[in-house]
Amino acid sequence: MSGPTRREVFLMSGAAMVPASAIAQETPRRGGILTVHFATEQRILNPSLQASTGVYIVGGKIQEPLVDLDAAGNPTPVLAESWETTPDGRAITFKLRQGVTWHDGRPFTSADVQFTAMEMWKKILNYGTALQQFLTAVETPDAHTAVFRYERPMPLGLLLRGLPDLGYISPRHVYEGTDIRQNPANTAPIGTGPFKFVQYERGQFIIAERNPNYWRNGMPYLDRVVWRVVTDRAAAAAQMEAGQILFSPYSSLALADMTRLARDPRFEVTTRGNEGNARTNTIEFNFRKPELADIRVRKAIAHAINIPFFIENFLGTYAKPGTGPIPSVSADYYTPGSPQYGFDRALANRLLDEAGHRRGAGGVRFSLRLSPAPWGEDIALFATFIQQSLVEVGIRVEIVRLDAAGFLRSVYNDHNFDLASGWHQYRSDPAVSTTVWYRSGSPQGAPWTNQWGWTDAAIDQVIDNAATEVDPARRRALYADFVTRVQTELPVWMPIEQIFLSVFNRRLRNAGNTPRWASSSWHDTWLAS
Amino acid sequence: MKLLLLALRRLAASLPALVLILVGLFLLLQLAPGDTVDALMAQMGGGDAAIAADLRRFYGLDLSVAARLGAYLWRLVTLDLGFSAIYGKPVASVILERLPATLLLMMGALFFAFSFGMALGVVAARRVNQWPDTLISTLGLIFYATPSFWFGLMAIVLFSVYLQWLPAGGFGDVAMGYTGWAAIWDTATYLVLPVLTLALIFLAIALRIMRASMLEVQGMDFVRTARAKGLSETRIVARHVLRNALLPMVTLIGLQAGTMLGGSVVVESVFTLPGLGRLAYESVVQRDLNTLLGIVFVSALLVIAVNFVVDLLYARLDPRIVG
Repeated sequence: MSGPTRREVFLMSGAAMVPASAIAQETPRRGGILTVHFATEQRILNPSLQASTGVYIVGGKIQEPLVDLDAAGNPTPVLAESWETTPDGRAITFKLRQGVTWHDGRPFTSADVQFTAMEMWKKILNYGTALQQFLTAVETPDAHTAVFRYERPMPLGLLLRGLPDLGYISPRHVYEGTDIRQNPANTAPIGTGPFKFVQYERGQFIIAERNPNYWRNGMPYLDRVVWRVVTDRAAAAAQMEAGQILFSPYSSLALADMTRLARDPRFEVTTRGNEGNARTNTIEFNFRKPELADIRVRKAIAHAINIPFFIENFLGTYAKPGTGPIPSVSADYYTPGSPQYGFDRALANRLLDEAGHRRGAGGVRFSLRLSPAPWGEDIALFATFIQQSLVEVGIRVEIVRLDAAGFLRSVYNDHNFDLASGWHQYRSDPAVSTTVWYRSGSPQGAPWTNQWGWTDAAIDQVIDNAATEVDPARRRALYADFVTRVQTELPVWMPIEQIFLSVFNRRLRNAGNTPRWASSSWHDTWLAS
Repeated sequence: MKLLLLALRRLAASLPALVLILVGLFLLLQLAPGDTVDALMAQMGGGDAAIAADLRRFYGLDLSVAARLGAYLWRLVTLDLGFSAIYGKPVASVILERLPATLLLMMGALFFAFSFGMALGVVAARRVNQWPDTLISTLGLIFYATPSFWFGLMAIVLFSVYLQWLPAGGFGDVAMGYTGWAAIWDTATYLVLPVLTLALIFLAIALRIMRASMLEVQGMDFVRTARAKGLSETRIVARHVLRNALLPMVTLIGLQAGTMLGGSVVVESVFTLPGLGRLAYESVVQRDLNTLLGIVFVSALLVIAVNFVVDLLYARLDPRIVG
């Protein structure tokens, strides 16, 4: 490639950034239409029923959670004004905001919280069902107090970190007595948020307009938000350049296009505002394959892959080597010092020799099938890189490509794979969606869970203890222990850490100012002329 | 009357084919790993197994393949296309929403490809082996050889990003909320690039067929006779040569209508048009069997309708066919 390398381009984009102080001094301008790239159309838009970035990007502006994350990443009040827990962690009380109304004019009360928690989070919401597994009741002593009762201790920190994603409230009066999955409000949501749902044309666009009765006085600044459904990534980049789209979230453009746009002074390509959405690239081992059940072979595979080289040449500066299942952006639970597997081809060869896999004809020791997940360009690149790296140590790799439904079915249900590679998404607390990758006992077919044919009773015990430990320091120690153990056993290797990229048109102000900004309500976002 | 009977016979013959296609597709999709709940799980980013089992019951996926196929065929007899898993409403209304964009795109492209293809073919044939012929044939070759997604993207880069004459994609300016003539004009501006992109490859085919068939007819005896009668060159071309040379072109329309529906998947994706092509692609990825079968059904009806019109045109151009 002639001209600047990808790394240089990313650095240049940083240098060209407008200083934060300059933005802060500007007076917000009212009005304007924010057009947003909507790459993954969803079946529903209600975030109390489906936890995914594709739902938050729309539903998160219309409905609101009890708490969100502030700029520093700490829980901040939204529909809940304050919270407290009993020392045993079995009752957590939320004081709710008063004077909030739904978009249809009805008042927001604790009955809405009770209904949403018991009927949606506990029964339907993915990850919510696990988080609220031991929730027995939500009591409503008055219209603005909700008491969550738990059968087993619920760490307050875990609940508060889970709620920004898994704590959206739906209106009881709209859903009660209906078939919740079929309710028309699922695709025409009614919320308390800064924007009111207007129209959804499948395959084309979604429109929401300013909520004049929003509880934060004088907000939002924008008149409308329009989401444009664009599935072709090259077309989305062109629309970005033509000004038809002002914001593309969650790394939805092609890497090459983002590199190009980062060089253009009209755009900003950044991880800012996505810190709460960290992910790690995985290599998942199937222990039903005898070779892979041997720890020496798993370690050899890890030692055979030059992660820093891959990152530097394919992913640019927004990725970095990962050290385990808990990424470094997790201030509370990240603990360095667990066993690591640096690039060492000689060691890899030695380990494979020791394991009794001698090189046969053509220098091949044995063959493996690798199933890469179909989401994300980086996974496809990584799969090829794994293939090329492993052939050097005598392991022949055949890449088996499938689409999303096929990948999930063959890996997590049929266990028809040797190696799989995809993303593990870290959601603020290891108990939300990380420990399920290691805990035994997940039913067959549950995606992104331990389906490796591997169990470790000691690790199961640590996971269970941590999930109900109410003392923050002890919890932290348990997770440090957990990371060390899984890095030693290596049922899944998570060698790369990444954060989603946002592409902003520089007319956007107050964009990316919280760690889950793309999912948040955008009440203070405005457009410069 | 005879013509109508002919058309009805054709229609009756296409019915078994339609059933075979639907059953075949149904069974073929059973071979694809994963079902619509797996696709939904991928979209959600995870969920537990109880939710998945619940959803499978909800979508009727816990029944056997034979039972589901039987139920589907029975519903089809009652003209019920079923319920779409990804859109949460009847398949018929999902398809109806997507039909206008596809029809406009297809009709626009067919019209453009064949009118310009015909005109260029005639010009090329009249000036055979002179510079206009060489120019037109070369252009035709370029259009034919260029993949339409590339052509579409380049058109966007040129006309939308640099010149900013036309919108880069979509189906109308949603933010402005136009009505009446303004809305029609607005939609037209959004359709220019996709129609041209889809049409160019068919234009190339049409002009080559037209040129060849003009050249063939030009050398025939009745044309020499017409010339000997002293008819003007324009009249010979318009009345005698063109009319006879049009028959293969009309055949082509019938054949290309189906191909065009397929080609529109690419064009609809590049220009983000809400058409049937993209819907079909989405249904495959999401394993939404009902929607996919519905699209096949409607597409088959469309192709049958176009071929019916082609049959009528044949009769008009060459009365011997009916007799």
